[in-house]
Amino acid sequence: MSTLETLKAREAEVVDEFEFFDEWMDRYEHIIAQGKSLPAADAAIKTDDNLIRGCQSKVWITAEKRDGLVYFTADSDAIITRGLVALLLRVCNGLEPEVLAKADFEFLTAIGLTEHLSPTRANGLQSMMKQMRLYGVAFQAVN
Amino acid sequence: MIDFAALRKEFPILDQEVHGKPLVYLDNAATTQKPQAVIDAIVHYYGRINSNVHRGVHTLSQRATDAFEATRGKLQRLVNAEFEHEIIYTTGTTGSINLVAHGFRSLLSPGDEVVVSQLEHHSNLVPWQMLAQHTGATLRYIPILADGSLDLDEAQRLINPKTKLLAFNHISNALGTVNPVVKLTEWAHAVGACVVVDGAQGLPHRPVDVQAMGVDFYAGSAHKMYGPTGTGMLYGRTEWLEKLPPYQGGGEMISTVTMAQSTYAGLPFKFEAGTPNIEAVVGWGAALDWMNAIGMDSLMAHESDLMTYGTERLTAIDGLVLFGTAPEKSAVLSFGFADLHPYDLGTLLDQQGIAVRTGQHCAQPIMDYYNIPGTVRASFAAYSSREDVDRLADGVERALRMLR
Repeated sequence: MSTLETLKAREAEVVDEFEFFDEWMDRYEHIIAQGKSLPAADAAIKTDDNLIRGCQSKVWITAEKRDGLVYFTADSDAIITRGLVALLLRVCNGLEPEVLAKADFEFLTAIGLTEHLSPTRANGLQSMMKQMRLYGVAFQAVN
Repeated sequence: MIDFAALRKEFPILDQEVHGKPLVYLDNAATTQKPQAVIDAIVHYYGRINSNVHRGVHTLSQRATDAFEATRGKLQRLVNAEFEHEIIYTTGTTGSINLVAHGFRSLLSPGDEVVVSQLEHHSNLVPWQMLAQHTGATLRYIPILADGSLDLDEAQRLINPKTKLLAFNHISNALGTVNPVVKLTEWAHAVGACVVVDGAQGLPHRPVDVQAMGVDFYAGSAHKMYGPTGTGMLYGRTEWLEKLPPYQGGGEMISTVTMAQSTYAGLPFKFEAGTPNIEAVVGWGAALDWMNAIGMDSLMAHESDLMTYGTERLTAIDGLVLFGTAPEKSAVLSFGFADLHPYDLGTLLDQQGIAVRTGQHCAQPIMDYYNIPGTVRASFAAYSSREDVDRLADGVERALRMLR
């Protein structure tokens, strides 16, 4: 089974989770819970090279390829942003580079997140997604 | 007695819900909302008056010019300038400061010093950095103390005979500190330096008397004092305005133009090239009338009550740190928590219909001083109320329960 199906299944799972909440405050509570459960990344990854531009809070992302699959390590200094990072990691960790490079992160639109976020936060999220896709492209190239 | 609760009803924008909750607007240091009188003045301007100013002999042009120039007179009275021509219309405080900084390019040389403070908004910092870079002058900074006030001992040491210019804000946008304008101005004048005051937060919250203060330049923005965006003023003492070269060239600012050269118009037009933001200046006039009807004394008493009540309610919250605790403060409560990012708090407050500013407030050197990524800033205006403060404090408590 291609990891594309894995990606789609995980996205559907997140969409189901969010549909459970009617209120945005509850959705934020859920995002915060994800942020709190994300293991803190090693301080060594918090370098300027790994810093994502375009966020009001700081976000660091790095990735490695093991057995042909891409695994991310990421962190943020703000909890809500950490929650968004955790959601992206839940969906994207362990995908094939080809799948990752083409990931459309449609689930974020499906749960209304891209529409709901403030423009600065939405820009930050776009930058994170772009960076993750770029890792997909880069790891494809080193095959 | 001014009925501040009734006055709130004059602001149509406040009567709405955000995320299903009645809006609480506490981002007044960024921009204030506009009363119906200002909105009406703009509509009336375009409905009945619109024409270019200072040009045509026709009636509309005369009416537009009268309305446009009336605001200048109101501003002269507001800041107690000696002459009306000492009020220059600009695009705002930033535009005003850039005008002065650009003019000083021909007046400074290497070895000269410019003193600014660490408490500045970037708009009263970056233009001076650019000036220093251009002229080879040295930039010196008055540091701040833990309570967010200026280190006056250090200021006195920094201001020396090489100092050609001193720039600082009347009131800090990030912390609310009210600075001792008269004292600083005296020290600067004792060494012959020019004094430039960023009054973006001063004009809306304190009486300003440029002659009593003795300052050489005082800059302000209409939109921070219930007026439209995109316009502001620069007060300049006549002798300084005459010394500065024109900032931008174009129509309105010239006396004669030939192929070989041009001669410049007198004050204030020498600094007002091009068609100005007439509608905004006219709207500003209505805003000044509106503020006058309340009176600065009533406004200060109202805001001072909110500051006392707000400080009391916020500091009762577990772990809350207030940034800026200087003895004299105005209309700003800047705060944070050691374990929380201001952005998280701001997001959850917004979800509850509460508008605050989060981040560095365009004053990065202050955040560097406290070694924090930013603060949450609640700032007050005439229409702010104790209920707004309650909503804010309750909103912060709720956010904390979610985040911790």
